[in-house]
Amino acid sequence: MILELQSGILRIAYKLLVNDRTKFAALLVGITFAVFLMIEMTSLFAGILMRSSATVINIGASIWVMDPSVQTVANAIPLPNYVLDEVRSLPGVKYAVPLYSGSALLKLRDGSYQAANIVGLDDTSLIGSPQMVAGNIQDIFAENAFIAIEDSEFYKLESPHIGTEFELNDHRGKIVGLARVSSSSLFGVPTLYTTYYRALQYIPNTRFTISYILVEPKTPADVAAIKERVAADGYLALTKDEFMSKISRFYMYQTGIGTNMLLMTLISFIVGLSISGQTFYTFILENIDRFGALKAIGAKSRELVSMILFQATFVALTGYGFGVGLCALLIWLARAHLPDYAAMITFLNLGLAFVMVVIIAASSSYFGVRKVLLIEPFDIFRG
Amino acid sequence: MTTAIQATSINKWFGEGEARTHAVKDVNFEANFGEMVYVVGPSGSGKTTLLSMISGILRPDSGAVTIEGADIWSLAADALAEFRLRRIGFVFQDYHLFPRLTTAENVALPLILQHRDWDEALSEARRDLEVVGLENRARLPPVKLSGGEQQRVAIARAIISRPDIMIFDEPTASLDGDTGRTIVQFVREHLLSDKRCIVIVTHDSRIYEFADRILKMEDGRVTGVERSELDAQ
Ligand SMILES: Nc1ncnc2c1ncn2[C@@H]1O[C@H](COP(=O)(O)OP(=O)(O)OP(=O)(O)O)[C@@H](O)[C@H]1O
Ligand SMILES: [Mg+2]
Repeated sequence: MILELQSGILRIAYKLLVNDRTKFAALLVGITFAVFLMIEMTSLFAGILMRSSATVINIGASIWVMDPSVQTVANAIPLPNYVLDEVRSLPGVKYAVPLYSGSALLKLRDGSYQAANIVGLDDTSLIGSPQMVAGNIQDIFAENAFIAIEDSEFYKLESPHIGTEFELNDHRGKIVGLARVSSSSLFGVPTLYTTYYRALQYIPNTRFTISYILVEPKTPADVAAIKERVAADGYLALTKDEFMSKISRFYMYQTGIGTNMLLMTLISFIVGLSISGQTFYTFILENIDRFGALKAIGAKSRELVSMILFQATFVALTGYGFGVGLCALLIWLARAHLPDYAAMITFLNLGLAFVMVVIIAASSSYFGVRKVLLIEPFDIFRG
Repeated sequence: MTTAIQATSINKWFGEGEARTHAVKDVNFEANFGEMVYVVGPSGSGKTTLLSMISGILRPDSGAVTIEGADIWSLAADALAEFRLRRIGFVFQDYHLFPRLTTAENVALPLILQHRDWDEALSEARRDLEVVGLENRARLPPVKLSGGEQQRVAIARAIISRPDIMIFDEPTASLDGDTGRTIVQFVREHLLSDKRCIVIVTHDSRIYEFADRILKMEDGRVTGVERSELDAQ
């Protein structure tokens, strides 16, 4: 309604802004650039965080029991077997199974070596099994059987098919199926699934062998009690989400990645803010005496403010759109050439960049508005 | 004749301490509907200051201004702005045209501020550009126009809403004699009626003939003056 009534005034505001090609372009470039950098940085980070939790996401168990010193899922600290028995005996536990998660060096047919993640699924339940694209999951029990995951690292296993053989610590391994998981891992190595016991047989181990215990509670209400009892035994039980945020926190705060990304995001914000803020302010200053003339003719302060807010919002949203578009395009291009490119635009990234753009627009218009409210129409009248 | 504008002993000071100037000194001023009143006087004598105070742009330090009996300086800021928008047309000493709008859009601004329909406002703007002889400049930005042409655009902007009070500060300063005369004559013949009042500050003796009354301002004071007296100077 207010917008409708003032549409002529806003149309004037729009023309003042857009007809000033040079400044409008500078404003757009500033905001587009800032938005692009902010989203690109945070998306890259989100992608990395997502991949750092790949195993947790792919296995998908509700509760993960681990050694309290575990920092990331990739660096499991083996648990003694009695912990599994104890967890199984807890009230509220529907089932609990062991998971093996480790790495091994494969010798491929051409004689080259390739590191790989090995995931060993509980033999009786196969909890956490991937989605098969070729072969049958039951074939995992066959002799020397491994299932290869078709992710972006798949080609590093020489793009195997069912029947492809390799060596793992002088054991023969054979691909019996191909499968998909929802998230590839961060570390650029391919992943093989096998059974828990075969993993133990093929890969040399420390005294303790269980990497994680996967627990399903009887009801969601049991989670708290399970966590408490596990903690009483000196171990840590985390829900899937808690585990993922723990891993994220590790990468964010205990590695250089997080701080650097944060710094870059902040810098792009500041650069965007200063380019656009500065340009917008000059734009207002350049028109200040005409705003004064409008005031003298009879424009109300509220109307002048709405003109400026409209201009700032318009530039901000257009720049935001361009920035998001540019970022999506670039990530798409990068993915087309680098299957490993770990950027991910999340709603959080978009929201964060949006909030920053709003701050840029608000602070730019603040100074403009102040300036315009302070003009004395008399000074305009006097010339 | 009914009184349009009445100012009663208004004063205005500017500056502080040594620089303090008494720009308008205890001035009484009256202009009636149906009248075209001129204010003449040397530079710095307070003409623009007086115009601003009687048109609701500059608050007098003392004294009162009424328009049709209503005390304009008792209005709140927004109400006063609305009053100026609806009732007063201004020509400023400088034109203050938006360089990024077309000439017609500049002229249409008062109507747009009155929330009039855009196309309607622009067609009225073209009508008044014709009045000031600039019908073929409607789509150009004002910067492409000469100084005199810009002044005519400012005049068109002042009259577009057909306000009943028109306040022109040196409207013909950069116009050649004939153009200035033609425009003021048009204003006199077509816009002045017994419901309208026009106050013009000018140095331009070529348009004196259109005045009903001429006031002289000197050092902040206003005195009545005869045309013959001015012509003699
Ligand atoms: N904002 C201000 N601050 C200080 N002094 C001012 C201000 N405005 C006007 N004055 C002074 O008040 C006096 C009257 O100024 P005003 O502009 O009314 O003169 P004028 O008669 O319109 O002159 P001109 O013909 O040059 O336009 C001048 O001495 C001027 O210097
Ligand atoms: Mg003046």
